[in-house]
Amino acid sequence: MSTKRPRSGDRVRWWAYALLALAAFACLFPLYWMFVVATTDTATAIKLPPEIVPGGNFFHLAGLVFSTVPFVRSIVNSLIVAGAIGVGQAVLCALAGFAFAKMRFRGRDALFLFVVLTMTVPTQLAIVPQYMIISSLGWVDTLQALIVPGLANAFGIFWMRQHIASAISDEILQAARIDGASTWQIFWRVAFPLVRPAAFVLGLLGFVTAWNDFLWPFVVLKSPEMYTVQIAIKALQNSFNIDLGLAMSGSFLATLPLLVLFVFVGRRMVAGIMNGAFKG
Amino acid sequence: MTTSITPTKAGLPPAPPVEAARRGFTEIVAPYAYIAPFFVLFAVFGLIPLLFTFYVALFDWNPIGEHVFVGLDNFSRLLGDVRFWNAARNTVSIWLLSTVPQLLVALVLAHMLNHVRLRLAVFFRMTMLVPYITSVAATAIVFSQMFDRDYGLLNWLLGLVGFEHIDFTQSVMGSHVLIAVMVAWRWFGYTTLLYLASLQAVPRAIYEAAAVDGAGGARQFLHISLPSLRPVIVFTIVTSTIGGLQIFTEALLVNRGAASTCGPIRQCQTLTLFLFEQGFTQFKFGYAAAIGVALFVMVVALAGLNYFLSTRIRPVKG
Repeated sequence: MSTKRPRSGDRVRWWAYALLALAAFACLFPLYWMFVVATTDTATAIKLPPEIVPGGNFFHLAGLVFSTVPFVRSIVNSLIVAGAIGVGQAVLCALAGFAFAKMRFRGRDALFLFVVLTMTVPTQLAIVPQYMIISSLGWVDTLQALIVPGLANAFGIFWMRQHIASAISDEILQAARIDGASTWQIFWRVAFPLVRPAAFVLGLLGFVTAWNDFLWPFVVLKSPEMYTVQIAIKALQNSFNIDLGLAMSGSFLATLPLLVLFVFVGRRMVAGIMNGAFKG
Repeated sequence: MTTSITPTKAGLPPAPPVEAARRGFTEIVAPYAYIAPFFVLFAVFGLIPLLFTFYVALFDWNPIGEHVFVGLDNFSRLLGDVRFWNAARNTVSIWLLSTVPQLLVALVLAHMLNHVRLRLAVFFRMTMLVPYITSVAATAIVFSQMFDRDYGLLNWLLGLVGFEHIDFTQSVMGSHVLIAVMVAWRWFGYTTLLYLASLQAVPRAIYEAAAVDGAGGARQFLHISLPSLRPVIVFTIVTSTIGGLQIFTEALLVNRGAASTCGPIRQCQTLTLFLFEQGFTQFKFGYAAAIGVALFVMVVALAGLNYFLSTRIRPVKG
């Protein structure tokens, strides 16, 4: 964080607060509205003027969500996929970042440049052959089709390399080497514990992205028992005629776990994103 | 998404310390083994599929039937397909409508958040990340309800102040605006944080010196903040080009029931959605791959053009 010195001595104007408050309102209101519609019956939801306070229908609609699609199963599936990807990215990207930051090997700089350049490749549009590959592996309608491709990514490697290069001094690693540690032991016992906070935020970002991913699970998953929570929401939207609030209730229930998580780790995520960003 | 393309530290660290003392075989291959997972995964699920897209595009490729080589037929059909041009138009329109306001709003908000005397700074920063953790599917569902023609909150408010209700989901421009709002809502806070991080790296003394020289807030913003943000602005322009041209989920969910056409007159069908429709509902893999190639060309061209423009246009010196 910056040192507490006033910027050119001026006060914060009231309109700065007004603008920021408006932005905060814009960020939070849709979630509030999701909850409002998720708690009202259809008759209320299509009433004018709209009801802007939550109604008493939450448990009825939540019950419908669980009986219309295998919602519990889809939450478990999402937890498995997002959890595996979060952990995988934290460890595998730290490992690769460690190699790029602290080890000497032939082709290192060129390989690192390659990693960085892959971030600009729009791989989503290769979805047809991606599906063919998954299909030939026999992974259609399985969770590993979602997990394996997401286990390591270029952004994570770049991010971890930055952190390891700046947070770990060469002396510590040399001391470990003199004590007879192998390269793996140096990574796992010395380097990784030192960058665990950065790896944690990276894992969180991976978790959130995987939890919210839509297109790839939508293409790969076929049977309702394999749905992730996002695909379950889509299925609820299809059965919209049952109840207006149904899809909204599902959306709310699918967002709730992340909101709870965010309350606890949001500050670290904000700090992590800002630390990973450009510095001038 | 995120972070710089160019390493922030100049060059790579000079003397790598983990020098294998006993350079046994395992110690020599260790670094390659450590970076191998990414390269294997990228090859199998990124690069090979991308190259294979160019190959499949040359075939009339039925997933469970014949693969007939047709040369460039898919491409010539694509160029004569009104649905393709419609989707391309929609994609560019939605991308512009979402990106330009989003980046401008983020600039202003980052400037406000950079004030050291700001109260509730942590609260403002955290709330701005809430849309980012909300799933695209949930976002699409709640926004299309809020923007509903008959019962939506927004149209009700418009009606109160005497305007006609706008049919956001069925009209061309309305649906583009609606999808753009969803995209911008999701990303503006994230972009703001990236800009803010860059602004905080500018030494306060520069602002103080400018103030002493009589430069007001607006001039400080134009002549100190903006130039120091150039690298991150270029970065966000390029990434939002790459991401914005691949909009899919918002367009799929904005009109329930319409699914892969995004409405009866394909008013908001994006290229990715068109690709999905041809590949996974019509099972024309060859044609879908050709759409993928066209989209690839478009992404590379526009991202490159934006990079070129944003690195060359310099602020007016004054």
